Amino acid sequence: MGQIATEDFQVIDSCLLIQLPEEIDHHGAGFICECADRYLVREDVRDVVFDFGRTRFMDSSGIGIIMGRYRKISCFGGRVYAIHVDRQIERIFRLSGLNKIVEVLES
Amino acid sequence: MRNEMEIIFDALSDNEGFARVAVAAFIAHLNPTLEEMADIKTAVSEAVTNSIIHGYENLQGYGRPGGKEEGIHKPNPGKVRLCCALEKNILSIEVIDSGKGIEDVERAMEPLYTSKPELERSGMGFAFMEAFMDDLEVESAPGQGTKVRMIKKIGVGGWIEHQC
Repeated sequence: MGQIATEDFQVIDSCLLIQLPEEIDHHGAGFICECADRYLVREDVRDVVFDFGRTRFMDSSGIGIIMGRYRKISCFGGRVYAIHVDRQIERIFRLSGLNKIVEVLES
Repeated sequence: MRNEMEIIFDALSDNEGFARVAVAAFIAHLNPTLEEMADIKTAVSEAVTNSIIHGYENLQGYGRPGGKEEGIHKPNPGKVRLCCALEKNILSIEVIDSGKGIEDVERAMEPLYTSKPELERSGMGFAFMEAFMDDLEVESAPGQGTKVRMIKKIGVGGWIEHQC
């Protein structure tokens, strides 16, 4: 099952694009957070875009990933976006109140 | 007709995916909707993750593929017991561990409360179980382990269609 790899992180302009794996649970969350934070520190990143295009499953660990990154960039005026969000993931966003801090972009 | 299954597995984060897929396979013959399937998988994932990282405090590995920091592997990670029973179209799931237990169950169930903020988890585990299942009961005491019992009726969508 698709583990996340370093190719899934990309910095375009001042935006970090993260291609999320097929399943987002606690097991893989630590690695995603760690990689993302490495980019946030090293590169000149302002905003973060989470791409859910491949994602078929997510539990509350996904909320933790997004909230944690939001805390790190929001004090510098950065924003968090989500793309390719399906119905189930949108439900999880709504349920957790995450839709207030994440802007879901229709693509 | 009643149908039961029980699996016991090591409390390792590698088994989170296994646990939810096992439950999904167990109920597959009922033709649940995609949404019901996702709800159940999420609830199982939350309960099993809680047992692993809170009940047994197994934080090693943490999903680093080929990672250099595999962490300290406990020789005895503890076991999680997952019991499912189907009675017609009512699914009950029990996730049982004999870990350290919860001191204040009510507090643990509050949305956004987490006893391990350093793990960057959301504190939404119990809130998700409650939202995605029809019923949730938590039995726990310090040193006594934790038992989470969840119930969900499957195929409610189909039943409504039938009535119309």
